[in-house]
Formats: sequence, structure tokens, C-alpha cells
Amino acid sequence: MSILVDKNTKVICQGITGNAGKFHAMGCRDYGTQLVGGVTPGKGGQEVEGMPVFDTVEEAVEQTGADATMIFVPPPFTADAILEAVDAGIRVIAAITEGVPVIDMVRVYEKVKASDSILIGPNCPGLITPGECKIGIMPGYIHTPGKIGVMSRSGTLTYEAVWQTSNLKLGQSTCVGLGGDPIVGTNYIDLFKLYEEDDQTEAILMIGEIGGSAEEEAAAYVKAHVSKPVAAFIAGRTAPPGKRMGHAGAIISGGKGTAEEKVAALEDAGIVVAPSPAEMGDAVVQAIKNK
Amino acid sequence: MKIHEYQGKELFRAAGVPVLEGHMVTSPEEAAAAYTQLGGKIAVVKAQIHAGGRGKGNVIDDPDQKGVVLCKSADEAKAAAAGLLGKKLVTIQTGPEGQTVGKVFVEAGCDIARELYLGIVVDRVTCRPVLMVSTEGGVEIEKVAEETPELIHKEGFDPAIGLEAFQVRKICKKLGIEGAAAKSAFKFMTAMCRFFIDADCALAEVNPLVITGDGQMIALDAKITFDENAMFRHKDLEPLRDLSEEEESEIRAGKAGLSYVKLDGNIACLVNGAGLAMSTMDIIKYHGGEPANFLDVGGGANAAQVTEAFRILLSDENCKGVLVNIFGGIARCTTIASALIEASKEVGFNVPLVVRLEGTEVEEGRKMLEDSDVDVITAVDLTDAAKKIVAATA
Repeated sequence: MSILVDKNTKVICQGITGNAGKFHAMGCRDYGTQLVGGVTPGKGGQEVEGMPVFDTVEEAVEQTGADATMIFVPPPFTADAILEAVDAGIRVIAAITEGVPVIDMVRVYEKVKASDSILIGPNCPGLITPGECKIGIMPGYIHTPGKIGVMSRSGTLTYEAVWQTSNLKLGQSTCVGLGGDPIVGTNYIDLFKLYEEDDQTEAILMIGEIGGSAEEEAAAYVKAHVSKPVAAFIAGRTAPPGKRMGHAGAIISGGKGTAEEKVAALEDAGIVVAPSPAEMGDAVVQAIKNK
Repeated sequence: MKIHEYQGKELFRAAGVPVLEGHMVTSPEEAAAAYTQLGGKIAVVKAQIHAGGRGKGNVIDDPDQKGVVLCKSADEAKAAAAGLLGKKLVTIQTGPEGQTVGKVFVEAGCDIARELYLGIVVDRVTCRPVLMVSTEGGVEIEKVAEETPELIHKEGFDPAIGLEAFQVRKICKKLGIEGAAAKSAFKFMTAMCRFFIDADCALAEVNPLVITGDGQMIALDAKITFDENAMFRHKDLEPLRDLSEEEESEIRAGKAGLSYVKLDGNIACLVNGAGLAMSTMDIIKYHGGEPANFLDVGGGANAAQVTEAFRILLSDENCKGVLVNIFGGIARCTTIASALIEASKEVGFNVPLVVRLEGTEVEEGRKMLEDSDVDVITAVDLTDAAKKIVAATA
């Protein structure tokens, strides 16, 4: 097994007629993902590289049986696109778009939580179950089917971690990019629950960054509820306080959310923390050895 | 995006949040005139810089010249403005080099009965906007949060509905606000919460928030940061941006769609993705170097952006070497490689350049660099890259 998506997942792309949407939807199809169509309001009836385009998500679901979507629409329309997917009963929604206003996400978050849908992102690379289903923008070839569950708030740093676990012949069960914004649909704890129950996942690698308290909360959850080996890395040990480092979520305000606090909380929960980003794979090996 | 206090108060007034009368001026003479215009009794002259802690901060080399001055005559207002304008003000938030004061705000005084604190942020834990009110006004709220968190009262609210009446009653009860002041508090707090949502704020802070002798709640300060992601729907706020308050190289990077933060080290780095960019800084430091900057070229970086990125990095006089770390996802290694070759023709590298490429179109990208005449030190992985650039700049 794996979590969230597998070879049976049927995927649509919202924003498939745009440059980025088209490029990455085709990248996913080439990887082997069951891409079944796309949605762009006003362009229903057209085709993109042989894929049918629908005006609404509802229509796309009715005609293709899609149960997952990747969203590539521009930031002003992203909240609306997510809500449309929720309304159509899509099970897994990956919002790739970067630059969505925070207040929009406040509104979306409550609606998603009250539904049966799972939202990954926004501002994320998406998710992948290697060899079965890729939904998003990550380069497919760096992944190998295997036993590590990888989750991260950062895109390219996830690739780095995946690459290291592939080179160590560990492979990945499912990798999820949670997104770098202050409010995202799914957090570490949501995924720890899924990884803990998943047979294929033997160990979990969590990649965090400075700002907020999500890593501290995850550490407390791991201590109480997770039996599998866990390794972690925190990006931003050298970041100066108060400066925004690309991600809106990575501001250290008022001494809260520093790398030191996060590392201490993780280690206290028995998690192996990699001292440098080059040693994330080694930390997973160590965590497995420790159990 | 941050704005000045006087700008924030204009927005407050338009949103129905009570503020005192005041005038922004740029010369001592204007400050004296503003004092007289405000009734000629008591006025406060306040330095307008984006950093907080102005009341306790002082002008460099002049410990008696504070950033906020209480004045009882036109001459005093004039002297206070003369002491601040064009000078560098150092506060707890500016760093030791201080920030130049270009404008001062002359504001009417008032009869203060109580000083409180009010702030609104989006809480990442509950994923809702939260109104925070505390009896500990006028002091550093971070200190209150750490030492006596029970003195900060928090109420989350629905962005579509705003603050409910019962939430204001709860806050008033906890803070001992009664009678006319409670009525004024309802008007003040609901208007503030509405403003926070309507203007897409990331932070709205009033410290101190005061209650006057006759029970009026008034904002004596206004510290506002807007959500950059929402600026597309607030074109009217764009003119409030004060570029003189921002680092020049950061403005340049912003225009090119790059995310850049200048630091004090000497190893420049160019990376795709914020998390990887932070980690690249971390690993430079881990191997004994000091990063000169944070730079994320973003997902869809094109040749023009990458070239501009190199120009910015090389214009930093502290720069002794450049580390390029690209893990291609959306961004393709070939794009970066061709931009690097272009940039070297145009800008010319006179410092060591270490390049680590991985990800989408990596083989083609590496080959392009090999075939070019750019003097590149290639690295096979992160550790290798960090060690090589630290060695090359030592």
C-alpha cells in the first residue's frame, strides 16, 4: 500500500490549458499517472494533448470518475478552484499555486475541514507514490518505490531528501509536499496518522523549517502516538530573526519558532535530527537502527 | 509590505477606527505650524520609520533625543523635529546602524486614563484571524507573551462575519472596561477586525491603545503589515510603499521576481526553492563559511531573472565567491546553465563559482556548462558543494 494516491487514482488538472498546467499535467501522465482530463472555465469541449477539457469540476467528475486534482490556476482564483473541487467531492486536492492570499486560505481551510476532501498545499510541489502516481511538479526520476514516508514544507528540499533516500536504496512509500504558506490544508500530524497505519511505510522523514509551531506540535504527537522510526531536518538555522525567507511561513517572530527550539522538541520525542541537509538520508538510517 | 504610522492612521480613520488628529511633516517649521494648528496645547512629535520601539530609541550619538517627544510649545515641536529629521534613529528593532528619519508625525495629545495593547494576526495553529488584547499596553508585547501569557486575551473570529458582540463583552469583562469605554471598545474592536480582513493585513498592531478620561478608546499607534500575496487586489495601497525603508538590492530583486535577503557573510548563493535556499545557507555555515545572502530564484526562473540575480550577487562588495545550488523541478537545469553562461559573458565572474546541478534536464545542463568557457568548479552533492566554496573563499 501507500498513502493518499496509488495506481488506481484518477487525476484531473484544474488550469490544464495554461502553460504550467499543461507542462506538468503531461509530465504526470508520462510518469504513469492516470490523468483523465482537465478543467478550464469557458474552454469545455476542447482537448489538450488528447485530454478532454471540461468547464466545471463537477462535469469532469461525472464523465471521468476523477477522485484527485492538481490545481495550477493563478493565485487570485486558487481559493475558488479548491472550493469547486471540494464541492465536486474530489478526495485528494493538490494546490500547487504559489502566492495565495492568507485570508483566502482561512476561508478555504474551514470548508475543507468540514468536508471529506484532503487538501495538500497551496504553494507545494504536490505528492507522489513512486512508480504509481505522481501529482505535481517534482522530477519523477529521483524517486524509487520503497519504504520511507517523506513529508516537507519545502519543495526542492524534499527533492534533496528523496534523492538521498533513493541513493541509500531505501526508496519512498509516498512523498508529500505540505506547502510553505502559513495556512495549508494538511499538516505533519495528519500525515503521521496515515503513515503510521500504512504497511508499506517503515520509517518517516519529516522536513521542517523555521517559523510557526507545526514541528513542535508534530514532535508531541510522535512522542505519544507514533511507533515507527522518525527522522527530521529543520531548515533555517542560520536565518536572521524577523526576515522573511521566501516562504511567508518562515518568519521568526518574537523569538518563537527558532530552529533550536524545534530541534530540541524533536530530539526530546526520540526523533533523529540531521545536523546538515546533506545528512537527511543518513538520519533515516540511524532512526531505523535505533528502533 | 509595511507602512508608516501616519499612513496607518489615515487608513484607520477611513475604516472607522478612532484616532487623534495629526499631521505628517518633513521640516521643523512645518512641525511648529502643525503644533499651532492642533490647538497649541500639547502635541507629540513622532519619528516615522518602519521599525518599532521608537519611544525608547534615540538618535545615534544623542541619547537625549528620543524618537517620540512630548511638546508644550511650537518651539519645542520645532526643536524636536529638528533633532529627528535627517538623523539616524536606533531602536530595539533597527539594529545598531539605525534608520534615517525622513518624516515626523505631529499628533494632538489626549487625556490618557489607561494604556492597553491590541494586535491582530492570522494564527497558524487555529488557521483563523485572532484578536489579542492585553492590559499591558506601551511595553514590548513579546515580553508579555513570554513572561505573563495569561495577561493576553485572545479571540479568534470568522473573516466573513468579523468579531461578534459577545467576544467584545468577554474582553471588556476580563480587562475591566465598563460604561462608556465598553461602548467605545465595541466600535473600536469590530472596526479593527473588519479593517484587518478588508485590507488583507498580515499584522495590525496598536500599542498603546488608550482609553481617555471620558471613556473613548483611541489608537495612539498603528503598526500595519500587508500580505504581499494579496496586493493584486489592493492597487490603492501600493503608493503607500516607502522604498527608502527597504534594502536597495532587495527592491531590485523584488522587481525581477526574485526572493532575496542580504546577509553579512561573503559566500553568495543562488538556489531554487526557499527551503533549499535556507538549507544551502545552513550547510555553508556548517562547513565554516558565512552566507552573504538568501536568494530563491523561484520555480519558473528564466534567463533574464537568473542574470539579474548574478548581477545583484556580484554587486555585493563582500562577495568572495558564489555557490549555485539547483535541484530542478519546475526550473530546468538547462535554463539555469544557459543563464549562467549568459551572465558570465555579460557580468563576468571575478570570484570562484561552484555549481551543483541535479533534477530536471540535469545531464544536458551539465554538458552545457562543460562545453562553455565559463570557469566553473562542479560539485557532485550538497556537502561537496559547500566544502568546495568554503575552501575557494578561505
